[in-house]
Amino acid sequence: MESVSSGLLEAVTAATASALHEAETSLPPDVNTAIGRALEREEDPTARAQLENIRENIHYAGERGLPLCQDTGVPVIYLTLPPSVPATEALYDALAEGVRQATDSVPLRPNVVDPLTRENTTDNTGGGMPAVHLKPGNELTITVLPKGAGAENCSRIAMLLPSEASEIARFVAETMLLAGGKPCPPVVLGIGIGATFDGAAALAKEALLLPIDEMDPFEEEICDAVNALGIGPMGLGGTTTALAVKIKRGHCHTASLPVAVNVQCWANRRATRTVEVEKWT
Amino acid sequence: MDLKTPLGDEVLDLRAGDAVTLSGTVYTARDEAHLRMREEGIPFDPVGAAIYHCGPVIRGREVVAAGPTTSARMNALSGFLLDAGVRALIGKGGMDEGVREELRGRGVYLAFTGGCAALAAARMQIKGVSFEDLGMAEAVWEIELDHLPLIVGIDAHGGDLFAAVMQKAKLQFRQEFNSYKGPSL
Repeated sequence: MESVSSGLLEAVTAATASALHEAETSLPPDVNTAIGRALEREEDPTARAQLENIRENIHYAGERGLPLCQDTGVPVIYLTLPPSVPATEALYDALAEGVRQATDSVPLRPNVVDPLTRENTTDNTGGGMPAVHLKPGNELTITVLPKGAGAENCSRIAMLLPSEASEIARFVAETMLLAGGKPCPPVVLGIGIGATFDGAAALAKEALLLPIDEMDPFEEEICDAVNALGIGPMGLGGTTTALAVKIKRGHCHTASLPVAVNVQCWANRRATRTVEVEKWT
Repeated sequence: MDLKTPLGDEVLDLRAGDAVTLSGTVYTARDEAHLRMREEGIPFDPVGAAIYHCGPVIRGREVVAAGPTTSARMNALSGFLLDAGVRALIGKGGMDEGVREELRGRGVYLAFTGGCAALAAARMQIKGVSFEDLGMAEAVWEIELDHLPLIVGIDAHGGDLFAAVMQKAKLQFRQEFNSYKGPSL
């Protein structure tokens, strides 16, 4: 069986740590654009003050190379592998080592604990951490999506009936009504529609990787319904409750309509690195 | 209004929704620190003091990141601080009806923007620490603030911006989705 060269493993580790550093200390251009647009539209003075703080915070974090938020989240990694690179245990270990290095160098808050004893692993790795979602691709790419708990804890899933497609907008709006200011709005809502119980949740999280400075009419309709609630930035009122709603669909059982909402705070942190495989083979 | 610690009766004039800045000393405290203070006493002069719900990232004596944590976790743990003379609680997400009543006539809840850890850190200097054995995030850090921009979330007259916003949101939700079936809230 083919193995992965130590040079490539080291490159994977370095790329993971580098992607985490970028994701924790700066926001992608589409997220900055969405925040800028919200500031242009928002008229409520309290909401504007929150958005101004957010913009100033992004500026400070970038200038000093420091984390945007003290909740630096838990690592979620999306990996694509070309046919020449096998998904070995060593490859997963290389990703975990990248998380350990970033925890030390950024620095990140050690957030990963045993679910029952609550014992902290101190390096942001552990059983199932980092979470790695693997897909085949033409290149080796590593996308990190560090996920904070405030927003993650407000996420929900519903197994709707096939006849209840019109309930989707209601379920999403209800999710924000239950969440209020807790997930640090203005939020980004990743929606997974279809697949299976577990598949819908995975789609919802993947939807957070889509560009948020554009929406299709269905996404726009749900976003408008959420913003009509008037929860506003940080739950203090205003028209900007969601920066964007992004939907990913999967085919599903004819008797099913799973819908998952993965709530993300305004800091929709993510970054991608491509590793040049040819250099190491 | 520019507020400066120690805070006095000037906080009684504030109304929910007012924008203020706060300068002077604040003390960080989250779950563990509240429990310890209730058991063993408050390690600073509480009269006119401001408590910041925050678990900061500190390197050496420098504040690296210090955004607010969810204040609702301290709902049941704040009364004794207000009884001792604390005038302001600072955090995110608001607090419950019990705290709203405890603040009546004596103090305010100030909201800071969640996630704005770098902005906060840029306006902070560390002056001291208590309960350091609780760990970095749970210790009580004495921090000198320079004009941190805040919104009055709950005032001393029973005004509560968070509660008002959520009440309106519920009404709007019922109006918008009245025609839809399914489990109601």
